[in-house]
Amino acid sequence: MAGMYDVAIVGCGITGAALAYELSKYQVKTVVLERGNDVAYATTRANSAIVHAGYDPEPGTMMARLNVRGNALIEQLAQTLDVPYQKIGSFVLALQPEDQETLRALYNRGVQNGVPELRLLSREEALAMEPALSPDVLGALYAPSAGIVSPWELCLALMEAAVQNGAELRLMHEVTGVEKTEEGYALQTPQGPVHSRFVVNAAGVDAAKVHAMAAPADFTIAPSRGEYYLLDKNQGQLVSRVIFQCPSKVGKGVLVAPTVHGNLIVGPNAEPVGQGHDTATTGQGLDFVRQQALKSVPGVNFRESIRNFAGVRANSDCDDFIIREAPGAPGFIDLAGIKSPGLTSAPAIAEEAVALLQGCGLALLPNEEFRAYRRKIRFKELPVEEKQALIRRDPRFGRVICRCETITEGEIVAALHSPIPPTTLDGVKRRCNAGMGRCQGGFCSPRVQEIISRELGLPMEQVLLGDLGTVILTGRTKSDKQGGLA
Amino acid sequence: MTELICIVCPKGCHLKVDEENGYRVTGNSCKRGEEYGKKELTNPTRVITSTVRVTGGLHQRLPVKTDKDISKKLIFDAVRLLDDVTVQSPVKAGDVVLANVLGTGVNFVASRDM
Amino acid sequence: MEKYDIIVIGGGPAGLAAACKAWEEGARSILILERDKELGGILNQCIHNGFGLHYFKEELTGPEYAGRFIAMLQSTGVQVKLDTMVLHITQDRVVHAVNSKDGYMQLQAGAIVLAMGCRERTRGAIAIPGDRPAGIFTAGTAQRYVNMEGYMVGRRVVILGSGDIGLIMARRMTLEGAKVLACVELMPYSNGLNRNIVQCLNDYNIPLYLSHTITDIKGQGRVQSVTVSRVDENRRPVPGSEMVFDCDTVLLSVGLIPENELTREAQIPMDRRTNGALVYENMETMVPGIFACGNVVHVHDLVDFVTAESQRAGAAAARFVKNRETAQEQEGEQDSGPVLQVQNGSCVNYTVPQSIRVEQVEKRVEIFFRVNQVYRDRVIRVMDGENQLASYPREHMAPGEMERIALPRALLDKVQSGAITVMVAPKEQAEKPEQPEKAEQEAAK
Repeated sequence: MAGMYDVAIVGCGITGAALAYELSKYQVKTVVLERGNDVAYATTRANSAIVHAGYDPEPGTMMARLNVRGNALIEQLAQTLDVPYQKIGSFVLALQPEDQETLRALYNRGVQNGVPELRLLSREEALAMEPALSPDVLGALYAPSAGIVSPWELCLALMEAAVQNGAELRLMHEVTGVEKTEEGYALQTPQGPVHSRFVVNAAGVDAAKVHAMAAPADFTIAPSRGEYYLLDKNQGQLVSRVIFQCPSKVGKGVLVAPTVHGNLIVGPNAEPVGQGHDTATTGQGLDFVRQQALKSVPGVNFRESIRNFAGVRANSDCDDFIIREAPGAPGFIDLAGIKSPGLTSAPAIAEEAVALLQGCGLALLPNEEFRAYRRKIRFKELPVEEKQALIRRDPRFGRVICRCETITEGEIVAALHSPIPPTTLDGVKRRCNAGMGRCQGGFCSPRVQEIISRELGLPMEQVLLGDLGTVILTGRTKSDKQGGLA
Repeated sequence: MTELICIVCPKGCHLKVDEENGYRVTGNSCKRGEEYGKKELTNPTRVITSTVRVTGGLHQRLPVKTDKDISKKLIFDAVRLLDDVTVQSPVKAGDVVLANVLGTGVNFVASRDM
Repeated sequence: MEKYDIIVIGGGPAGLAAACKAWEEGARSILILERDKELGGILNQCIHNGFGLHYFKEELTGPEYAGRFIAMLQSTGVQVKLDTMVLHITQDRVVHAVNSKDGYMQLQAGAIVLAMGCRERTRGAIAIPGDRPAGIFTAGTAQRYVNMEGYMVGRRVVILGSGDIGLIMARRMTLEGAKVLACVELMPYSNGLNRNIVQCLNDYNIPLYLSHTITDIKGQGRVQSVTVSRVDENRRPVPGSEMVFDCDTVLLSVGLIPENELTREAQIPMDRRTNGALVYENMETMVPGIFACGNVVHVHDLVDFVTAESQRAGAAAARFVKNRETAQEQEGEQDSGPVLQVQNGSCVNYTVPQSIRVEQVEKRVEIFFRVNQVYRDRVIRVMDGENQLASYPREHMAPGEMERIALPRALLDKVQSGAITVMVAPKEQAEKPEQPEKAEQEAAK
């Protein structure tokens, strides 16, 4: 049948993108269907951005195994695909006497899970390494293999590489129904059906919904929301590692960590939300985050906050990831309940999924032309001579558009002509950092909007802020005046 | 007696205007405040600033202002007239963009070169 | 390395005034580096009138005010590089900048004038909870879209904060056909000028809610509504006081922050209260030969005062360059004499300058400051320890209105304690008005 795919992946978050990348190493016709207007539309774009070491999950679970494996894979991928990543290590703090016991338990778990170089630190050792910690700290678990990454860019880089190696990405393709066909499945979307021999459900917070379209419902997703502060770069050196508190039933607690862009991230709380896409922040939630964070690092100056955001985690009612062929739906693979450490585990989950697909009958012939290489120009980071040469070659690299982050027109134009071109201000911001600094696009958004409009041939009014419906401009002045007086 | 805040300059003096006694103004710190106080209760006026479309210029819009203040009541009608105005660059500050607005004798003039 | 006597960073009102004045004072090799495609800075989008009453003694619009200085500049030999971004400065006055034409430049300056202006506080800085839809703009960004690009940013508007740009935009949006539903201010007083409350809100029946704030924003895609709550004296929302406004736009006018990333990176000492560099009486920072003026030092309400302050900086930069030449001939540093610290007394949030080199003051020194809340019938006192040096009565003072006093050199010479304190106190019955009047008259000369 024409237009028949081997594998259709539902959802282009980190899980879907990692799988598309993995599959592009083989001669497999892959399509990724994403409901949003860009990759990493939900959970992947709003989380703690941590590459976990792997001492949290129960030994013997998939989570434990995939976390430790994923941690190692991300380090390699970040290098290959030019993704901002730093292996800075993490601390879990004991702030109460009973926490010391938790630290020992975490240490033992980590050793069983195969986490390298774990160490229990005394109060003095911890304070010597991180002088900004609370003087109340009693000890810490140190995991040197933990790191920080740009989750959004990791997802984009994986998907870009997949696209360059033959995968297809279809944005604004929300899957609304799944039908079993003779050859496989027909996925209904508002843009028409998509046919595929195998289907992979990587729909994040919507994974239970998508599963139920193909198979009897046997799990639920109970999303929980986490709220964050992002602070200006003058706070980014306050700590040099990821600082966790002891985990509790609801999550890993509020962390304080530098980001790969040099900011400081603080959060999250964990609030159950009925609706899977409710990413509003709340006064109470932010207060809680602030107060908790000050217990670990009392010097965080929240007056330097430049942004608050919230993300939704795709928690399932199972203790482990749900990675399997769906019972009752042959050739339909669930990658569901990918909660923390989902980001870290994603590349390992992808390997697991490929094995499952192979088990279902997918042939894996190597893609001889597979090439994984991605390099991005980051003007700010270049030495002076290279800056000079670049501007001589293309004067647009001499025009700084985003003042706070020193992002040039050349970089923005390059992003607009990349394998997965953005069409929105947020899309540009996530690809090249324009507008993510302390003024939050106050100065550069009109100029970035102009460049998008020019390069993509879109009228200014049609350039969106980000998600579908995020209209920035409502018309021209001096033309239609009725609207406002209604 | 009516209390007003003077808008003539950024100082924002708190004026008292006595309607019963020939609109006598107190609380002002300059002559212009006195004039403002009287006028505000008899015939309030404002300078209007807005923009018009401009073609061939550095920007999409040219800023304009009325060259004298005009009656407050006419503000909305006056700015609506600008909807139909398009000027061609080059323009000099002070150039008349729309003459004799609503028969007042007041003009909209460009407030910059472009 | 290319050399200039004076490099001015920023071509807005501060940079223009500094450069013109430096030229007037005899400096000849002067360069302005401006990041936008034209001179004039933010004045170009401030199309309303009200500028220039002090300096030009007439009421101008922002573009007209800028236009006069641009014309003045064109009559000098000051050089300008537009579309040029300064990336980095050093304490020995090397300026790193980049543009499309010249590429990456390293320029040696005899003196540097920092005139980068300020930026707006954003939603993230004040942590307004809720969804993150489109339709939330800082007032200045909206102003640029509306006044220069010619686009409407919304139809039903709620404004948070009563800073002047927000008030101006309330009127501007109304005249463009939008409906402004409310202006909401956290504090019990407005931060904008009184005249703007009158002619931008009252003229158009736009309600001002003092001691209120936005406690929730709702909207998928575009803003759909905001919740406004009253706040108590600790600025915490009062439950039960919520009002919901159906709107598609939120404009933020919640403060301005001096743009001092270059300053900080060069480790020029800063004042935590102003968020600007610490400066002496002539606007020199604590690093010799680096001057600062305008909103990059402290946020002003009136461009006229920016001009005056920047002229001082420009003149001082010219003098610095000239003195350097002569000093090289004479050899050795001259002693700059005693330095007075200016301290903040009760009710005073900050002062500029923070230090005064008495020997450098010719006739008088101007001190700018802001008070921490609204006051009526007060006296500004300048103290030398327990001794009052001068006093200035004020009927009305507010944080939104910068105060300015002038201290004669003769008084500075009398100071014993090495510091002066500026404070605000209630008017005392017994006080004789002659003394302050005299100081003020002296200052006005």
